[in-house]
Amino acid sequence: MADEKFDCIIVGAGPAGTSAAITCARAGLSTLLLERGEYPGAKNVQGAILYSKMLADILGEFWNEPDSPIERLITEQKMMLLSKDSALFGGFKSDRWRKDQQNCYSIIRVAFDRWYAKKAEAAGAELYTGVTVSDLIRKNGKICGVRTSENDELAADVVIACDGVNSILAQKAGLIDEWRSDEVALAVKEVLALPKEKIEDRFNLEKNEGTTIEMFGQITQGMLGYGFLYTNKESLSIGIGCKVSHFQKTGIPPYDLLEQLKAHPIVRKWIDGSKSLEYSAHLIPEGGYKSMPPLYTDGFLVGGDAAQMVNPSHREGSNFAMTAGKAAGETVIAAKKEGNYSAKFLSLYQKKLKETYVLPDLFDHKDLEEKIESRPELLNVLPDLLCQTAFDYFQVDGRPKRDLQSAIIKRIFRNKGVRHLIKSELNIQNALLLLKQGIKGALKYKSLGG
Amino acid sequence: MSSVEEKLGMLTFKNDHQSHIQIPDPKICITRCKDKPCTKICPAKVYDWVESQKKIVIGYENCIECGAARMLCPYQNIRWEPPRGGFGVSYKYG
Repeated sequence: MADEKFDCIIVGAGPAGTSAAITCARAGLSTLLLERGEYPGAKNVQGAILYSKMLADILGEFWNEPDSPIERLITEQKMMLLSKDSALFGGFKSDRWRKDQQNCYSIIRVAFDRWYAKKAEAAGAELYTGVTVSDLIRKNGKICGVRTSENDELAADVVIACDGVNSILAQKAGLIDEWRSDEVALAVKEVLALPKEKIEDRFNLEKNEGTTIEMFGQITQGMLGYGFLYTNKESLSIGIGCKVSHFQKTGIPPYDLLEQLKAHPIVRKWIDGSKSLEYSAHLIPEGGYKSMPPLYTDGFLVGGDAAQMVNPSHREGSNFAMTAGKAAGETVIAAKKEGNYSAKFLSLYQKKLKETYVLPDLFDHKDLEEKIESRPELLNVLPDLLCQTAFDYFQVDGRPKRDLQSAIIKRIFRNKGVRHLIKSELNIQNALLLLKQGIKGALKYKSLGG
Repeated sequence: MSSVEEKLGMLTFKNDHQSHIQIPDPKICITRCKDKPCTKICPAKVYDWVESQKKIVIGYENCIECGAARMLCPYQNIRWEPPRGGFGVSYKYG
């Protein structure tokens, strides 16, 4: 296999890599998709929620295919704030998500990746599994192939690195150093078997329909992160993740955090009687826009988790990967037409991503985690305080409502954390910022012709 | 409640004879690293401080390949690379 030269080698058969492979192979490019696992998905972990739009952009109405790997159509999304013994919650359910606006599905990630990689093969891409790429090959400074851990060399005009959050290739290409511990989150997860009927009963769901529950508050013990529970056909996915830098600081073992979540009095009932099928752990790149590497160099593109393409506040990531994979594939097709694989030409990839939601969303969320981290009260004071407030509000204890209300307000404003938070927010800088954003917004509105 | 050991016991591994994880300078673990976050945070308990040997013993066979070890060590003293092709954990659900 050493003599053959491919138009394009894609490393990693996840959502980014497979999307790129399908795009390239359909255009008739000789495409090689390399996967280090024994099968696609073997090394991959996700919640997992699949957003329909981005996959439909590549495959069309995949949900109508007979072997479609979807678990449940998500018709309801909930958020919960948990204190030690209570939950304050909100959510949204819509019939429109049932009828013609399929927003997202729960999936079992390994089953999905296997199915998706078959689509790449059907489109004409070659898939080699069990191949770990350990280095890049360069000729006159341009990347022109990969070297495997078994020392095989494979040549190509372009290499697309979609090798995930632990990307070796982006490092070998000199685009990134090691991530810092505040640029990644560590999540642990368990898949728990539960009969269909029980899932539908417990979560008040129609047949084949599912819910998502994101959980914040006391369960992360002051660390920045959240727990989740997603309903699959005959199983539940439950997990929790926090920033690695926060795990470092607290020294809390992630599996303890998961067991505590499972034992929480509100959560316990949902998973009661279930049987554990699998435990897994994975890193989530959460550095966002500021941590993104340059996305291209001579003969080389990088996409998906390897390029920090995740929006954790909206639990989006695999959709970014698919859109990026497709854009990378289209860029390689254009490069092939011109016979030009220089960094300058491949910058088309970045231009394409600017025109999608990928770069705008990453840019707009670039300061979010920092903002939360600089206000630790949001994580260690407010959740309990809000739950206590809700408790008082709903509890009928014989006090006149006016006394109760003033007691609630007093407790909130006498809380040290809240006072500190208010004090730190009330400054001239924030006032100016608000004014600036107000004017900017007004101008934008005007320019839109509103 | 299930222990990590029980959780790991349910996974499928194909073990290489060589470790994909190294600690380049074991002295750092003795002299400089007090907290040893790797022993607490690794979700598969791969890193174990053995007091009698005064060193971190690496159970690489249990590694579930999250890669957190790369950033966990405050002294960048863990070299973690993906296992060779086809080796390591194979998730069934992921």
